[in-house]
Amino acid sequence: MIDSKIPAGPLEHKWTDYKGHCKLVNPANKRKLEVIVVGTGLAGASAAASLGELGYQVKAFCFQDSPRRAHSIAAQGGINAAKNYQNDGDSVFRLFYDTIKGGDYRAREANVHRLAEVSVNIIDQCVAQGVPFAREYGGLLNNRSFGGTQVKRTFYAAGQTGQQLLIGAYQALERQVALGKVKMYTRHEMLDVVVIDGKARGIICRNLVTGQLERHFAHAVLLCTGGYGNVFYLSTNAMGSNVTAAWKAHKKGAYFGNPCFTQIHPTCIPVSGDHQSKLTLMSESLRNDGRIWVPALKGDKRAPNDIPEEERDYFLERRYPAFGNLVPRDVASRAAKERCDAGYGVGTTGQAVYLDFKFNLINKYGKAEANKLGIANPDTNTLIKLGNEVVKEEYGNLFDMYEKITGENPYEVPMRIYPAVHYTMGGLWVDYELMTSVKGLYALGEANFSDHGANRLGASALMQGLADGYFVVPYTIGNYLADEIATKPISTSHPAFEEAEQKAAARINQLLSIQGKQTVESFHKRLGRIMWDKCGMARDEKGLKEAISAIRQLKAEFWSDVRIPGGSDQMNPELDKAGRVADFIELGELMCQDALDRKESCGGHFREESQTEEGEAKRDDVDYAYVAAWEYQGDSQWQLHKEALQFEVAKPSQRSYK
Amino acid sequence: MQHYTMNLTLKVWRQKNASTAGHFETYPVAEISSEMSFLEMIDVLNEKLIKEGKEPIAFDHDCREGICGMCSMYINGRPHGPWQQNTTCQLHMRAYKDGDTIVVEPWRANSFPVVKDLMVDRSAFDRIIQAGGYISVNTGNAVDANAIPVEKEKADSAFAAAACIGCGACVAACKNSSAMLFVSAKVSHLALLPQGHPEKKKRALSMVAQMDKEGFGACTNTGACEAVCPKGISIENIARLNREYMMAGLSESE
Repeated sequence: MIDSKIPAGPLEHKWTDYKGHCKLVNPANKRKLEVIVVGTGLAGASAAASLGELGYQVKAFCFQDSPRRAHSIAAQGGINAAKNYQNDGDSVFRLFYDTIKGGDYRAREANVHRLAEVSVNIIDQCVAQGVPFAREYGGLLNNRSFGGTQVKRTFYAAGQTGQQLLIGAYQALERQVALGKVKMYTRHEMLDVVVIDGKARGIICRNLVTGQLERHFAHAVLLCTGGYGNVFYLSTNAMGSNVTAAWKAHKKGAYFGNPCFTQIHPTCIPVSGDHQSKLTLMSESLRNDGRIWVPALKGDKRAPNDIPEEERDYFLERRYPAFGNLVPRDVASRAAKERCDAGYGVGTTGQAVYLDFKFNLINKYGKAEANKLGIANPDTNTLIKLGNEVVKEEYGNLFDMYEKITGENPYEVPMRIYPAVHYTMGGLWVDYELMTSVKGLYALGEANFSDHGANRLGASALMQGLADGYFVVPYTIGNYLADEIATKPISTSHPAFEEAEQKAAARINQLLSIQGKQTVESFHKRLGRIMWDKCGMARDEKGLKEAISAIRQLKAEFWSDVRIPGGSDQMNPELDKAGRVADFIELGELMCQDALDRKESCGGHFREESQTEEGEAKRDDVDYAYVAAWEYQGDSQWQLHKEALQFEVAKPSQRSYK
Repeated sequence: MQHYTMNLTLKVWRQKNASTAGHFETYPVAEISSEMSFLEMIDVLNEKLIKEGKEPIAFDHDCREGICGMCSMYINGRPHGPWQQNTTCQLHMRAYKDGDTIVVEPWRANSFPVVKDLMVDRSAFDRIIQAGGYISVNTGNAVDANAIPVEKEKADSAFAAAACIGCGACVAACKNSSAMLFVSAKVSHLALLPQGHPEKKKRALSMVAQMDKEGFGACTNTGACEAVCPKGISIENIARLNREYMMAGLSESE
């Protein structure tokens, strides 16, 4: 039976009550307790820094050459917080409600409410660290709006919000390193969790420079290792983003929650060819000012600027007049796919739609600037020139990035965009305290499943990562470690460490001994193709069953025909990649299994069999209002545990953005 | 935009590890699309090397969208290649034409020892940040975010300095291997904000001391760092660092 450990009492008091009653560890004992943090993105860096500040002995690990490189750095648009600085009706309750609704009623109310509560503290903390958020001329903080909401609650730093937040957390982390409270291990990859008497007690990792396997003990282990979008090969994730740490934990007993919940982001730069190694996001914030359209005429090959207004189909505005271009990501993605599948797509591949800034550039920004400057009856060129300057300040780096990749100037020609895999709402199952089903093993940030249900709203990933690391785990971990103060450090020569290291070494040797004909990359590409075609934006029973058998076949082929050059006692990026791809293959099968089990459509999970007559997603609250928590039971075998979701405050209704 | 394919000759620095001498290897690469990124072109070459039973070229890369700061190739004598305000991962092959020869090296600086092939060790940058590149505020210490207004102009300048991605191109471009642009960007970011004021003297002094300890060279105002910086960090920051350092030094010795 799954116990999510949600505190009793009214929703808005749960977290306060929890904090008032959880166990504490006194400062002298904190110094004796060791904590391992794997991953140094927003969740990991903020957790490691905060735990170091509290006095715990922390060891932090990342596979990159510096903790500052974690992929949180690439988040563009912003971070939500219920500050209501704009006086537009925002509140903790509204942020909570929007997140639950945006997640299509598949997230836990108590977790989401806590997230909304601490959101305000995050902004305070970040500003105190020197995060240079955008400001108004009066010197106060500025906000922008994001999809799925009707208030302006998003704080931002141009199109580089993730970078600025991560640098804040990274600096706090490095400060603890300097103080000797955190020991940092860069270019290290976790290969297993060590579990002793049912409790996580350390990790095995590979030093990626020397190839050496290392053993590290701790009283508790935090996995802050991000999402698994790279299972699709092409995604907006970094090249190194992987599921390995989470997957090893899963195989050691941690349940995997809602693995099929994947976010396909509507506005990414389309694929240009087979050589494509990754996809690049164009922030959702662009939908504030860009209008999405396709030609109204099927197969219209004219250049976008030659297509007159009345021959354009602004399909989001047409289908969803209330939210228009600001519908949530899952809705926008499916609508774009629908138009392209119907033959209205643009660009050489026909797999793209336009994101056009001209209207707002002239009418919103140009006119406002002209007004400020007192220019009466400005001509269009003046308006465009004035508008360009404002747009440059808001989104300059994104426009530059688009031009570098495509060679086209988005100030003049509409962007071409298409949905791409961006975020995974699923992840390791955790309880209210962020502990997985293995005692003493925690999962934070995108690595856990907890707060976004079946669809994440824009600007909420940064919020969740930092909430977990700065303001949740520092309390909840004390509640566990208070009972561990008598536990002396366990020697890494303990048989459990011995066995875990041997297993990791054996797997590496097995991979290297295959010496087949196909490269790791080619397997990864094939896996991605299967996942995108059968477990992507739309899924059905037949396709998912085909995918499962194709993945099993791919797995067998991988383990008999992969070719990895070099050895194990050296730096070997191909070997590292092979280990990650092997794990992605296994995860891919579980994702399809989960998607098959969930016969309803909800959020990012769209089952063809479950839709309304107008083609909108149809949720089934009678049979599927649960978190699917999968327990690993051996090769290709899982046991499904269901955590029933109770909605006491935000009563489920069919989502409508019309 | 017209797309085309090209055949190229690559001369790439190969080096087993920090303690072994390196050398250039020449590789022909064929059928490269102008739509590929530079790193995708290297991917193509690596796939070919693996199939031929050779070791692929090791290089640092991660986000491939110009923000993580991990990619670091010295291409035809210029960090990150020919484009202005650009990282290696955002360089695209339309910058080249059929028949071109491209020389690829790692960052060259004593403070950035080669790890393997094109990968270098930039942990010196982390240690400089450890010396004072932060504001000492524990989680939970903060006042309301709008309690301290910050002039928009100052906030914007702080952001422009904070946009540094820590890639090290500034060091690689400098004839003295100076890290002044990197250090000054951090000192400026924090000195421009009221939150950073209480520690600004100590910060400037200890970050510069650590920079010297790491063996980075002196700044002679050549401006090569600014010219290659992928984020357009201005050398005005260096002037600000010098000012901060001098003021701090003067008042410390009182």
